[in-house]
Amino acid sequence: MHPAVLALVTIAVGVGACIGYFYFSNIILDKFIFPAKGPNAGRNINRANMVRPWLFLFPALFALTLYLAYPVFETLRLSLTDRSQGGAFVGLDNYRQMAKEPKFWEAMRNNMLWLIVVPAASTAFGLLVAQLTDRIKWGSVAKSMIFMPMAISFVGAAVIWRLVYHANPIDVDQIGILNAAYLMLGGDEPQQWLTKLFWNNFFLMIVLVWIQTGFAMVILSAALRGVPEETIEAAIVDGANPFQVFFRIKVPQIMGTIVVVWTTITIVVLKVFDIVFAMTNGQWETQVLANYMYDKLFRASDWGVGSAAAMVIMLLVMPILVWNVYNARKEMK
Amino acid sequence: MDNIAGSKPTLTWAVHISVAILVVLWMMPTVGLLISSFRTADQISTSGWWKALFPQEQSILVRTASSDDQTQDGDLWVIEGNLFAQEGLEQGEISRWGVSSRDIAAYAAGETADLEEVGRLMVAQSGDYRFENEAPFETARGERIYITAVTPPEFTWDNYRTVLFSSNARGGMGKAFFNTMTVTIPATVIPILIAAFAAYALAWMDFPGRALLIAFIVALLVVPLQLALIPLLKLHLQIGIGKGYLGVWLAHTGFGLPLAIYLLRNYMVGLPKDIIENARVDGATDFQIFTKIILPLSFPALASFAIFQFLWTWNDLLVAMVFLIDSTGETTVMTRQIVELLGTRGGNWEILATAAFVSIAVPLVVFFAMQKYLVRGLLAGSVK
Repeated sequence: MHPAVLALVTIAVGVGACIGYFYFSNIILDKFIFPAKGPNAGRNINRANMVRPWLFLFPALFALTLYLAYPVFETLRLSLTDRSQGGAFVGLDNYRQMAKEPKFWEAMRNNMLWLIVVPAASTAFGLLVAQLTDRIKWGSVAKSMIFMPMAISFVGAAVIWRLVYHANPIDVDQIGILNAAYLMLGGDEPQQWLTKLFWNNFFLMIVLVWIQTGFAMVILSAALRGVPEETIEAAIVDGANPFQVFFRIKVPQIMGTIVVVWTTITIVVLKVFDIVFAMTNGQWETQVLANYMYDKLFRASDWGVGSAAAMVIMLLVMPILVWNVYNARKEMK
Repeated sequence: MDNIAGSKPTLTWAVHISVAILVVLWMMPTVGLLISSFRTADQISTSGWWKALFPQEQSILVRTASSDDQTQDGDLWVIEGNLFAQEGLEQGEISRWGVSSRDIAAYAAGETADLEEVGRLMVAQSGDYRFENEAPFETARGERIYITAVTPPEFTWDNYRTVLFSSNARGGMGKAFFNTMTVTIPATVIPILIAAFAAYALAWMDFPGRALLIAFIVALLVVPLQLALIPLLKLHLQIGIGKGYLGVWLAHTGFGLPLAIYLLRNYMVGLPKDIIENARVDGATDFQIFTKIILPLSFPALASFAIFQFLWTWNDLLVAMVFLIDSTGETTVMTRQIVELLGTRGGNWEILATAAFVSIAVPLVVFFAMQKYLVRGLLAGSVK
């Protein structure tokens, strides 16, 4: 069957099955299991209403458990076993082996750099743009231009930035705009930006900052609008200059939102894979955890160490997970 | 307040200029790639894309017509023609020209060069030339001329034609485009439906354990999908789904659900309570309330999530590589195809740029058309 036909059939079957499930399961519940008539009508209605939420929730809970919750535990189990020994339990051997690999520590170091630089830079740029565009007429146009990279895939962005970083030999015209600018500003020879050890990490980070700034800007811009006018007016009356108004009045009031933006970008950073995979594939000391894990899982077929690396990512996400759950529960009360 | 704080004209100007600089910085990389995708391989590799918009001066090697085309004019043998008449050359204006590679700008346009026994050559600014000699010419391939010409900007659709319709199995994006579509549409539609029911239950139905379930979903929001790769691939292989469309649809559905439920629940909780309670009093069942009231009212939230999921599945590389693409490469998606091109044809910028733009184009259209919903979804979706 042609994939397109298959896709259409899938949509039809999937949507049909979902609607059918919800519709008929409700009918069965109300008509057959707990019919709302006869001697126990009242009790039956109550019982049906106790079961119904679970009917509505079942498909989602099933998919969530199978596709997200179960893998966490299965990965934990895999990280403690050895595939080449038929899945025997080996304790922390995989972690020990991983800790001996310089590539792992390189990935850890780079991930830490990413974790510091990308959220900080994206949030700072986002805040800057949000504040600047707030008071000008063409602000919304400017915002949508800066927001646009959000729609571009990491792979597309990798191609876009490879062209920016491109280096031609010195005797030829440069086609990468960074090298062209570098030579114009007095650089002596074109640089291979992506192979300059250590600094190349930053050239990869720029790509993610470029993408995430739009996200930060959108959220922070809404938060800035929510800052009460009176506080700002009072500050101005007291003689505060625009910088003081921004840093002393506005920023403290949107601190909560800044933290949210920061943590959201942090999670994106922890999962960053495509950019590194497409631009350097971890060569020239640019390895990151997610790509290291992919390498182990699918190139070296070493499920133990690969799962151990995945667990490290999970561990790094954990504080944010706990924090989010804590906040969500607090809000519900 | 703005008119007070912004009343200093210098500051206002500084704001305008900084925003302009930021916008240019942010747009430039994408614009560069877009422009490059309309240039020929030669143009891309010899000059920066930022020069493509202006007429540029370039030195090219051309040849006169060969001796086959010579005519006799009195006692002179003459070859005449226009240097720009050759294949692939746009009309331009010649400023300097020369016949030796050591001195490619020896003569000005309109000058006549005496090449002694070879003849006399005159090249005009327009590219018209006249080559004459007392004896018949014997140059089978024509005389070489180096011209320094100003050519107008030139753009071509050829790259798109090559990338989309060329049939060489692994290079073509046409099929990959189609495959990406096939992955994306069911992977966007199905989770919405499942999530909508669950979100309704979590928002408007009262049952023990509801708060715990919401916490569970908030927790799953941040679980890295990297953890799911091996366990699920194993599971898919065991139950016989293997690698293929079904697997990738299921995976995308599972990974998209937490955000979908979270977004939709947050939205549905905010719907007016009266409507729902009135409907209950009037005897509507939960199923009817859901389909007749909640679903239509939740359209903005459904649209927000649909855009997220669409962008995410369209742009995804990892999930497709793990759950979809097998060794035959028949089911390759665009992102994978581009990575492949980066590896094998990293220097062919015309192919890369065009392939990348083909894959970026659809999300960009969706983005600009539905930006409102995207922003709304972002605001509702970031955990407060």
